[in-house]
Amino acid sequence: MRVPVSWLKEHLELSDDVTTDALVDAFVRIGIEVEDVEPLGEVTGPLVIGRVVEIEELTEFKKPIRYCRVEVGDVDLDDPDDLDDADADADDTAAQESGEDDEDVDPSRPRTNGIVCGASNFAEGDLVVVALPGAVLPGDFTIAARKTYGRVSEGMICSAKELGLGEDHSGILVLPSGTASPGDDARDVLDLADTILELAPTPDRGYALSIRGLSRELACALDVPLGDPAKIEVPEAEGEAWPVHLEDPEGCRRFVLRRVTGLDAGAPTPWWMRRRLLLSGMRSISLAVDVTNYVMLELGHPLHAFDTGTIKGDLVVRRAKQGEKLTTLDDVERALDVDDVVIADDSGVISLAGTMGGAGTEIGSDSTDVLLEAAHWDPASISRTARRHKLFSEAAKRFERFTDPQLCAVAVERAARLLRQYGDGTIRPGRTDVGEVPAAQAITMPINLPDRIAGVRYERGVTVSRLTQIGCKVAVGSGDDGTALVTAVPPSWRSDLVQPADLVEEVLRLEGYDSIPSTLPPAPAGRGLTETQRRRRTVSRALAEDGYIEVLPFPFVAPSVWDAFGLPADDARRRGLTVRNPLEADKFQLATSLLPGLLETVQRNISRGFRDLALFHIGQVVLPAEGKAVAPDPGVGARPSDDEIAELEQSVPDQPQHVAVVLTGQRQRSGWWGSGDAATWADAVQAARTVAEAGGVELRAEAADLLPWHPGRCARLVVGDATVGHAGELHPKVVEALGLPKRTVAMELDLDAVPLRDARPAPSISPFPPVLLDVALVTDDGVASAELADTLRTGAGDLIEDVALFDIYTGEQVGEGKRSLAYKLRFRAPDRTLTVEEATQARDAAVAAAAERFGAVLRG
Amino acid sequence: MSEVDKQESTQVDALASETLDAAVTAAKEAFAAAADLDALATVKPAHLGDQAPLSLARREIGALPKDRKAEAGKRVNEVRQAVQSAYDARLAALQAERDERVLREEAVDVTLPWGKTPRGARHPITTVAERVADVFVAMGYEVAEGPELEAEWFNFDALNFGKDHPARQLQDTFYVGDEDSNLVLRTHTSPVQARALLHRDLPVYIVCPGRTFRTDELDSTHTPVFHQVEGLAVDKGITMAHLKGTLDAFARSMFGEESGTRFRPHFFPFTEPSAEVDVWFPEKKGGAGWVEWGGCGMVNPNVLRACGVDPDVYSGFAFGMGLERTLQFRNGIPDMRDMVEGDVRFTLPFGTEA
Repeated sequence: MRVPVSWLKEHLELSDDVTTDALVDAFVRIGIEVEDVEPLGEVTGPLVIGRVVEIEELTEFKKPIRYCRVEVGDVDLDDPDDLDDADADADDTAAQESGEDDEDVDPSRPRTNGIVCGASNFAEGDLVVVALPGAVLPGDFTIAARKTYGRVSEGMICSAKELGLGEDHSGILVLPSGTASPGDDARDVLDLADTILELAPTPDRGYALSIRGLSRELACALDVPLGDPAKIEVPEAEGEAWPVHLEDPEGCRRFVLRRVTGLDAGAPTPWWMRRRLLLSGMRSISLAVDVTNYVMLELGHPLHAFDTGTIKGDLVVRRAKQGEKLTTLDDVERALDVDDVVIADDSGVISLAGTMGGAGTEIGSDSTDVLLEAAHWDPASISRTARRHKLFSEAAKRFERFTDPQLCAVAVERAARLLRQYGDGTIRPGRTDVGEVPAAQAITMPINLPDRIAGVRYERGVTVSRLTQIGCKVAVGSGDDGTALVTAVPPSWRSDLVQPADLVEEVLRLEGYDSIPSTLPPAPAGRGLTETQRRRRTVSRALAEDGYIEVLPFPFVAPSVWDAFGLPADDARRRGLTVRNPLEADKFQLATSLLPGLLETVQRNISRGFRDLALFHIGQVVLPAEGKAVAPDPGVGARPSDDEIAELEQSVPDQPQHVAVVLTGQRQRSGWWGSGDAATWADAVQAARTVAEAGGVELRAEAADLLPWHPGRCARLVVGDATVGHAGELHPKVVEALGLPKRTVAMELDLDAVPLRDARPAPSISPFPPVLLDVALVTDDGVASAELADTLRTGAGDLIEDVALFDIYTGEQVGEGKRSLAYKLRFRAPDRTLTVEEATQARDAAVAAAAERFGAVLRG
Repeated sequence: MSEVDKQESTQVDALASETLDAAVTAAKEAFAAAADLDALATVKPAHLGDQAPLSLARREIGALPKDRKAEAGKRVNEVRQAVQSAYDARLAALQAERDERVLREEAVDVTLPWGKTPRGARHPITTVAERVADVFVAMGYEVAEGPELEAEWFNFDALNFGKDHPARQLQDTFYVGDEDSNLVLRTHTSPVQARALLHRDLPVYIVCPGRTFRTDELDSTHTPVFHQVEGLAVDKGITMAHLKGTLDAFARSMFGEESGTRFRPHFFPFTEPSAEVDVWFPEKKGGAGWVEWGGCGMVNPNVLRACGVDPDVYSGFAFGMGLERTLQFRNGIPDMRDMVEGDVRFTLPFGTEA
């Protein structure tokens, strides 16, 4: 909310030396965020009130231009020679153009100046603000006399924006007649020595979206008296202002109407009111509309003004009916929802309650009979309607945060009086006031609860004085056990005060959070990180130490990636849950695999010139069960039952922690030292082993065929009996579809599926020397080397310490369809020096086992 | 051959002192003249070998009368030792010379680059999350985690967000599944706190780092997927002073001993009283100063009740910070997108610790 400081100070008994900085500090200290502090722009040089004496329309240009004679009083210029050298903006309103040479300027100032102007929202006789040559407007905009549109323009008629008073640039600023006289210093008339504060109260403090509420906050923060602008006597009424039927007492608690007739439709809004609206960021429309806006800003209660003449029959407050429509003030026809609260007459819906009025009953330029409405709407209902229709009006913003229900009659009265005063209207004796507002509930708490929550010993009486200060009715008593208690009835504008904690916050914030000391709580000894957490760190470090770079892609995927992966229609990975409101329309699925995100990151890096990549990602994936996921919705008044909690937790899909890597280009780089090594399927499988080893478990690779991997270069990753993931080279078609470098390799495994290892038993180390023997075995080339090695290990018995493959040979010497695998076998005994004979026997046993299982033949 | 003959023919002279001295002199000259180890090896037999004058002289001793043997033996030995040490000295000198030369010849350009085995790195978000966790683990907290896709009840209801609270609406929250699924991508890590309160024994001291989601378009200061760390302490007699002390300790561990925090009153549904936290950042651009850091407050009694904790007996505090934001100002990261795009140039300099 934008607020001029001068308006804020109006209701506070502040000494003159309180600076704007002090006000800003006070707001921040008590929790009203100050988003901006904007002193009005400085204007130097002659800025005067002018009266338009004569308007000559210049029609020979592309746009309408006026040449005006403007009475500017007796003006003395400091230095008439200095009128022409500024570079003026080529501005619509000012219609000044640079680049033309000035002509001779008559140094003896005339009482009227000739001024060229591009705006046309003014008439002869109007009071305007004139920047005379030599004036410098905000933004370092220097005004000079110059020739433009074939005339000499001796100054500029200003818009509100050019004066730094607001954003309104739709025309020049016209002041109501009688506001000032030509030649008056406009700085005084406009009160340019003011500052605008942009304040953002938290959403629980609806009352603070008003001068009344903000002044009250300052009064509390600075401990000064407040003159409540809402203290207006509401006279007894005689009868109704208009017949109303309140059919929805839940959506509308109170509905108040007051009627003003005989309004002068053309009466201008007084300058002081327009100025405040302007500085608050609101455009002046007409007196009736301006008054409703002004009262909303001042008191925080939005009002609506109907043109009484357009209302047909009794008013009804109700929910909209199926199929009903309303064209709102912004000329948009809106299909109403049965949840929308509306005001209707005999013709149908005429207003979207609390959000925006209807165009049909709008106050027009000839309205003389006005029905002022102030109602207390249900905040939640207004909030839903505003969102549904994307109508975030100033009124809705206040109603959805709660308005003071005791203010309805006051706000209407204030508006009616302003219309009477400035619009010559007559307030009709009747007032409609229907509905019932529930009384605020008293809150009782130990009087020292603020002390206990803050960890501070406040001075005696602080709780009572602070609660009184914010408007509570406070009583002190004692409980059955003698505890001193305080009972507070919150003021009508504070719906946010419902429990002791709310009162505690008021005391703490007004006493100042800076008075709260800094001490540490007595936390018990913790258990440290869990095994799972420690392992995740180890895995992450192991991969990074192994040359992989961690990335954190988003979990949103486009289902088209599964087509690129070539997945069959019934593949579980396609069953990603749908995000109903995705940021990117095509990426609406939650990832069931980390690979799409990683591959996209690979593509991004490649597009930036990096082709040798080794990336990893550790993150959750969402694996929905078959069927629909629906989470239950238990209440919040107390702990849900164990069954309800179990049901809640089970309703949330499985989200295991996955680890994935992708490699492209060279794993070992080439350079002056020689050639490098391309990343291969084996690196991907090795990454899985690195992960497993980091967790202290053994991982086996088995041949597998799973897309998106190459059918002949895909390994199933197995720990114990469980498949935990896959690794290998990506299928050439997938690589092509995704535009990846050829032979891109990848690995993904489910870390949660890898069992945790409780302890790592130490090996027994034999100090005796080993015996090393080599064997080369010829088998069919379909025999998996890992299985052959396992067979050798088992067949060799207890003496075998290590089986290491050191050569693979295929070719003529072993024959078609065969290959030779050469192993180094290391034998060792735990308790003695092993003899070559013993080792040879063990080797022969190993070879025999391999021969039996795979038909392996010792290569000669 | 004639040399040997000559010596034999003058065998008596072989033991003469002039003869011996001459042999020593000849040996020393020969050793000194050897320019390298090969040359030395070549001349060695002539002076220390079996046929060298001194070896031959020693053989002559046997022929001497008994009373002269001892004296002659002593003399020959002395002379032989002199030759041997002359040889050893020369050998050592030549070896040293050779060693020095070899080392000199093996010198390389040590400024050559080496990049055969590429380095890896962990994402700074990961490492800063671990660092935060470690700070709190050291204070006795435990690290709690939970799912990113959550039941609305855990993400909102249990945390005192009314059904019509603005944050529940589509502009902030990613809704997942069918209209009636009640599933959302968690908008904060607070649902982990609700789960912890439901399941853990009191008192509870936990810290929850994790990935969170809000429907903000990606730009230089916003990202729809970000990371938070939240803390929760629920115990008897927990005060806002404890909250302040905890965050001050946290700030010091992250930003140095001079750091600390400042609270400004604020509103969050799940805490009452609530505050925004500014941290004193000594390395701030343009001079030390306060930087907005996160939110905190005393756990709203409604939250405690929904999680089955009696607010008349227990109180608690909670706080939360964005890790991207923390990194952004601590490490001077100009653009939020750098943290999410996965460009290897961004992550690599962080190595394995941030």
